[in-house]
Amino acid sequence: MESILEVKDLHVSFSVRGGEVKAVRGVNFTVGKGETVAIVGESGSGKSVTAQTIMRLIPSPPSKIKQGQVIFNGEDLLSKTNKQMEAIRGKDIGMIFQDPMTSLNPTIKVGKQITEGLIKHQNLSFAEAKTRGVEMLKLVGIKNAEARFNQYPHEFSGGMRQRVMIAIALACRPSLLIADEPTTALDVTIQAQIINVMKDMQERFGTSIIMITHDLGVVAGMADRVIVMYAGEVVETGTSMEIFKNPQHPYTRGLLRSLPRIDQRKDEPLVPIIGTPPDLIKPPVGCPFAARCDHAMKVCERIDPDPTHLSDTHMSRCWLQHPMAQEVQSS
Amino acid sequence: MVRYITSKFLYMLVSLLILITATFFLMKAIPGNPFMSEKQVPPQIRERLMEQYGLDKPVIVQYGQYLKNIAQGDFGISMKMQNKEVTGLITDTFGASLKLGLVAIVVSLVVGVLLGLLAALYHRRLIDNVAMVLAVLGIAVPSFVVASMLQFVFAQKAGIFNVMGFNGPLDYVLPVAALAAQPIAFIARLTRSSMLEVLHADYIKTARAKGLNWMTILFRHVVRNGILPVITYLGPMTANIITGSVVIEQIFGIGGLGKVFVSSISNRDYTLIMGVTIFYGVILMLARFLTDIAYVFVDPRIKLTNRKEG
Repeated sequence: MESILEVKDLHVSFSVRGGEVKAVRGVNFTVGKGETVAIVGESGSGKSVTAQTIMRLIPSPPSKIKQGQVIFNGEDLLSKTNKQMEAIRGKDIGMIFQDPMTSLNPTIKVGKQITEGLIKHQNLSFAEAKTRGVEMLKLVGIKNAEARFNQYPHEFSGGMRQRVMIAIALACRPSLLIADEPTTALDVTIQAQIINVMKDMQERFGTSIIMITHDLGVVAGMADRVIVMYAGEVVETGTSMEIFKNPQHPYTRGLLRSLPRIDQRKDEPLVPIIGTPPDLIKPPVGCPFAARCDHAMKVCERIDPDPTHLSDTHMSRCWLQHPMAQEVQSS
Repeated sequence: MVRYITSKFLYMLVSLLILITATFFLMKAIPGNPFMSEKQVPPQIRERLMEQYGLDKPVIVQYGQYLKNIAQGDFGISMKMQNKEVTGLITDTFGASLKLGLVAIVVSLVVGVLLGLLAALYHRRLIDNVAMVLAVLGIAVPSFVVASMLQFVFAQKAGIFNVMGFNGPLDYVLPVAALAAQPIAFIARLTRSSMLEVLHADYIKTARAKGLNWMTILFRHVVRNGILPVITYLGPMTANIITGSVVIEQIFGIGGLGKVFVSSISNRDYTLIMGVTIFYGVILMLARFLTDIAYVFVDPRIKLTNRKEG
């Protein structure tokens, strides 16, 4: 598949009072044309930082891109000037955020917030942009779009606002949409609707999607491929099939095991992953998951494993999958 | 909207009545009267004067008479400055106060908002620190101290401005600076904290993700939202500047309404005290009222409705 985005060996740090938080530590992945890639991981795993670095939206200082490349359509976004990035944001890459209640400007009409980008990137007149804006509102499933166009965000519900966010992000038909936990702040029935809207829009425009989430249900419903992040590293990647049916990394397995099941008895306790992620000011020299891992060996604490490729698409970064490791029984 | 305005207007009338009543009786509670001067006036003449102005009647009767008069738009004549009508005195002197006050309000808004915005944009850097130290000083130091210091430094020592008087445009500088110091400080702090909040708001990230340039974001998205709390302060600020002007006019020898007000009190010039008080009262209420209306235009989330029930 033709790739549209390639993140290569990305390192991002934040300077804080106590030193430097190494939030992203050598992340590699690609996104193909029209593909949906989900990045999953717990809070602090570096998934949001990765996404915002692609858009160059994290403020610097305090953040700093230490090394790496973000190749988008053959060009490295990290070497672009701010001015060049402005021409790419919103036009070639759109982004939606976690909390639709706060992501829209409360004092500007929804319609104007959609047309802003159109007028800037496509040199449309306001009338032309309005036609396009109303059309976008209809596409994301907002009824009575002409009237809604002239309303303010506080006249919309949470789910409706997230639809508006999708309309804003996709107004200029970008080839890549980054969705940073788009369903986290919504209730479950609305989550499903928003995912359907995104899928529908993807089919219509052929947009590639990077979906950042910690909700594995969302991943299963949407993603072609999954990237599992932990402590700033990619610990496992694979197609959705591979990750859900044949997870290899103990962290991925732990995540899947901790999901509550619908057939579970009420008195049966949930299975958590014991412990907390390591402090990224001083990341461990070995595998960052070693301290929480049931299968940790001596080598895990000393040397961070290299990626092991299990198939063309499936990669796991764990000593257990290392060719020299013994076969372990999956738990 | 129309219902809101009419009900607000009725409330204003009630507050005005309370204001008049309180002032009237407080004023009468002060010992002395307009015709007690050091010069010995024969008792007959004094009685004659008291009779002429109705001061010989019981206070409650005087109060009733006064209400009746002002209801007909008659604010009476000054008891001290002979043959001068109170309305005439107010309109003659208010011009100077109005000019001074308006300039001070505009200066406060422009300088205060600008200072606060810069402080927010350069958060925790030199500009921010300097602005906030100035702001604390501005709030802590009373305006009459500022006025005297300005007179001393810029008029007495440097000789750039006149110490007193109110003739050319240069004469505005010191009184306006003294009047505006406190509002500027307050607005700067208000603007700074609200701009900081807006700068970190999610919708600013959304605006950046659209690829808008920073100036567009700043003016269209940041300033408009960050300015909202300042609008709330417009009412109190007007009050501040008006009450401030009473003192400042005295210090700079400006023949404005403030000066008239102060001398009317020391003269026990009953009709003039009442007239000026009512006038100030109306202005303050109007300022509050206009602030409420202004809010509707800037913040679409606010709608003016009557909430009698609930």
